[in-house]
Amino acid sequence: MTTGEKSAVRGYLDMDLLRFTTAGSVDDGKSTLIGRLLYDSKAIFKDQLEAIEKTSEQRGDENMNLALLTDGLRAEREQGITIDVAYRYFATPRRKFIIADTPGHIQYTRNMVTGASTANLAIVLVDARKGVIEQTCRHSFIANLLRIQHVVIAINKMDLVEWSEERFEEIKEEFRRFASRLGNIVDVTFIPISALKGDNVVDKSENMPWYQGPSLLYHLETVYIGSDENHVSARFPVQWVIRPHSDEYHDFRGYAGRIGGGVFKPGDDIIVHPSGFGAKIKAIHTMDGELQEAFAPLSTTITLDREIDISRGDMIVKANNPPEVGQDIEAMVCWFSDKPLNGRGRFILRHTTKETKAIIRDVKYKVDINTLHKIEDDLEFRRNDIGRVSLRTAAPLVYDSYKVNRTSGSFILVDPFSNETMGAAMII
Amino acid sequence: MPDYNVTHLNQLESEAIFVLRETAAQFEKPVLLFSGGKDSIVMIHLARKAFWPARIPFPLLHIDTGHNFRETTDYRDNLASDIGAKLVVGSVQKAIDEGRVLEEKSQNASRNALQIQTLLDSLEEGQYDAALGGGRRDEEKARAKERFFSHRDEFGQWDPKNQRPELWNIFNGRMTAGEHFRVFPLSNWTEMDVWQYMKRENIPLPSLYFAHEREVVIRNGTMLAVSEFVQPREGEAIETRRVRFRTMGDATITGAVDSNADTMDLIIEEVAAAIETERGNRADDKRSESAMEDRKKQGYF
Repeated sequence: MTTGEKSAVRGYLDMDLLRFTTAGSVDDGKSTLIGRLLYDSKAIFKDQLEAIEKTSEQRGDENMNLALLTDGLRAEREQGITIDVAYRYFATPRRKFIIADTPGHIQYTRNMVTGASTANLAIVLVDARKGVIEQTCRHSFIANLLRIQHVVIAINKMDLVEWSEERFEEIKEEFRRFASRLGNIVDVTFIPISALKGDNVVDKSENMPWYQGPSLLYHLETVYIGSDENHVSARFPVQWVIRPHSDEYHDFRGYAGRIGGGVFKPGDDIIVHPSGFGAKIKAIHTMDGELQEAFAPLSTTITLDREIDISRGDMIVKANNPPEVGQDIEAMVCWFSDKPLNGRGRFILRHTTKETKAIIRDVKYKVDINTLHKIEDDLEFRRNDIGRVSLRTAAPLVYDSYKVNRTSGSFILVDPFSNETMGAAMII
Repeated sequence: MPDYNVTHLNQLESEAIFVLRETAAQFEKPVLLFSGGKDSIVMIHLARKAFWPARIPFPLLHIDTGHNFRETTDYRDNLASDIGAKLVVGSVQKAIDEGRVLEEKSQNASRNALQIQTLLDSLEEGQYDAALGGGRRDEEKARAKERFFSHRDEFGQWDPKNQRPELWNIFNGRMTAGEHFRVFPLSNWTEMDVWQYMKRENIPLPSLYFAHEREVVIRNGTMLAVSEFVQPREGEAIETRRVRFRTMGDATITGAVDSNADTMDLIIEEVAAAIETERGNRADDKRSESAMEDRKKQGYF
C-alpha cells in the first residue's frame, strides 16, 4: 500500500484545499498538463481512460486526446473546443485540489473571469518558444483583476528550446517588465516545465539540473494559503433567520450566514448595517456545539444579547475597520451577456445576500486586456468586455473594496426581464 | 498569529451549508431529492446542520422506480421520521399504470429514463420551484459543467451551452413562473470526500454499502443482485459472492462490486485504490458517450 492510500483514512482530517485556475488555448499544452496532474495523482480512472481511448480512436486522433477528459459536453467534443469552465478534482496526501479549467481565447474572457473568481492560485502557461505574448498578458491581467493571491508562470515546452536556462531567464525578465504595469500580483513563481515529457510537473526534471526550485505539483502542495482570507475586517452577511418555534428553543433567534471576513467571538460588540444598531454576540452555534471563535469561510449561526430587527441582506460587522455604506458605487465590470450595455442600464444587483435595483450611470472606460490600454472612444460593453463604470443603487450597499475583501467587494448584475446574469463586478 | 487554516472537509461543509441556506432563502418551495444513496444521506445531514436547531424547512421527495432494495426503503422511512421531515414519494409504477409513460420492452429494459417524467410530474404537482440533488461534478463529465444553481425551463430541460455564470458565492435563482432550478450543494465534493465526511460525522448508512454475502448474476459485465426484479436468464448462473454496492439506484441496473470492505475505514481504503469511477458499473451510463448529458437535458437528476 502506498502512502497515498494510507493517508486516505488517517491523514484526511488535516488536509486543506487549494482552488486553482488554468487558462489556455488549443496548442499551449494546457490539456496535457492537466491530464498529467490528474493521471499521475491517480484521479483518472480506468473506465474514464477507456472512454477517451475509444473516442480518440473514433475521431482518428493520433494520440490519446486528454482534452476529452475535460470537454464534457457533446458540442465541445464535436467542435474540439472547451466552451465553458470545467471543474476537475484531485488530491495528494497533503491537499485536495479543485481545478477551474477555462478556455484561454479572448472570446472566452468571461469564462476565465468566472474560473478566477474562486481561485487561490492561477497557472499561466507560456510557450518557451514564443515567450510573453498577448495571451500571457490577458491571463495575468485577469488573475490580477480578480485578486488571485498566487500566480505560477509555467514556462512550458522547455524540451523544444533544448532545456535552455538562458531562455527561461529571458522569459522571466520579459514577464517582470510587463507585470510591473499590472500593479501588485502578490506572489509570482516561475517554473520551467515540459507537460508532454513530464519534466518538473510531478517530479523534478533531470534535464534541467540548473533549476533549483520546486516541481509544479510540489509548489501546489506547499504554497501557503492560510492568509488568503481576510481575517482582519469582520463581515457577516445575514443569509437566513433561524426561528425554531419549538418548546426547547422557544425564544431562539439565530442569524445564519457564512463569515465573509474577520474573526467573531462570544462577547464581541457588533454593529448591524444598514440600520446601525449595536449589540453583543451571545453565542456562536453549530449542531455540534457552541464555538469560541469563528472565521472565514465558515458557515455558522450567531445569537445576540438583545432583540433587534435583522433580516436577510443585512451585514453584521465589528466596530474596527468599518465597511463602506452607500449607494454610489465605482466598479470594474466584466460583461457576460450577448445583449450589449449601452450607456445607462437598469438591473437587479446581487451583493452578498442582498438584492437591490441599480442603474449604471456612467461608463468611464474599457480596458484592452491584451495591451492594458484604456479605451475611451468606444464605451459600449459587448460580451467579454471589461471596464470601469459608476452605479447608483436603490438601497445602500454595505461593502468593501474588492482589493480588501472578495466577498463584500463583488456583485453581479441581473436583467430584470430575462433574469440572466449580465455581468460581474469588482468594487474599486 | 493564530492558525486560521480550514480543512478541506470544513470548507466543503461550509460551502454546502451556504448553498442549502441560499436555496431556502431564494425559493418559495424547495424540495430535497432523496434517493436513499449516500450522497442524499449526506445532504440531509448537511441540511440538519444548516437550519439547526430548527427543522429542515423543506420536504423530501423520493422518485421510486418500484425496483428498490428493501434496505433502502426501510432506511428512508426511518430517517424521515427521525428528523421529522415530510416524505413525498413519486411512483414510476403509478405513472406506468396510468399510462403517462411507456415501459421499455427490450431485454435490457430499464426504468431509469422513466424516472424523468415522474420527477417532472412530482415537481409540478407539489409546485416545487427548486429541487436539491446530491449530484457531484466528479461523477460524470456532463456533470463537470453543472452549476450549483442549475436553471430548468418550463419543460424541465437543461441547456448546457447557455448556463448562467456563477462567480464567487453569488447565486442567481431568479426565474419566471413554470421554470425551476436544480440545486447541487455537493458540486465540489468527490466520492472520497463524501466517504471521509461520513466517517468523520459518524453518519449511519444502509447495510448495502458494506460487504456482505449475496446471490448475484453477471449480466453484460454488471453484477446484479438476484431479487424479485432480477431473475437469472438462460445461460446465467446464480453465484454467491461477497459484494457491496457503491451507489444505490434501481436494483435492475445497479451493479455490485466484489469486496471485503465491511467497515468505513476499509471502504475508504478501497475507494483510494479504486481503478474505476463509481458510475463505471452503471449500465445506464454505458449506453453512449453522452448518455448522461442527454438524460440531463431532458430533466434527469
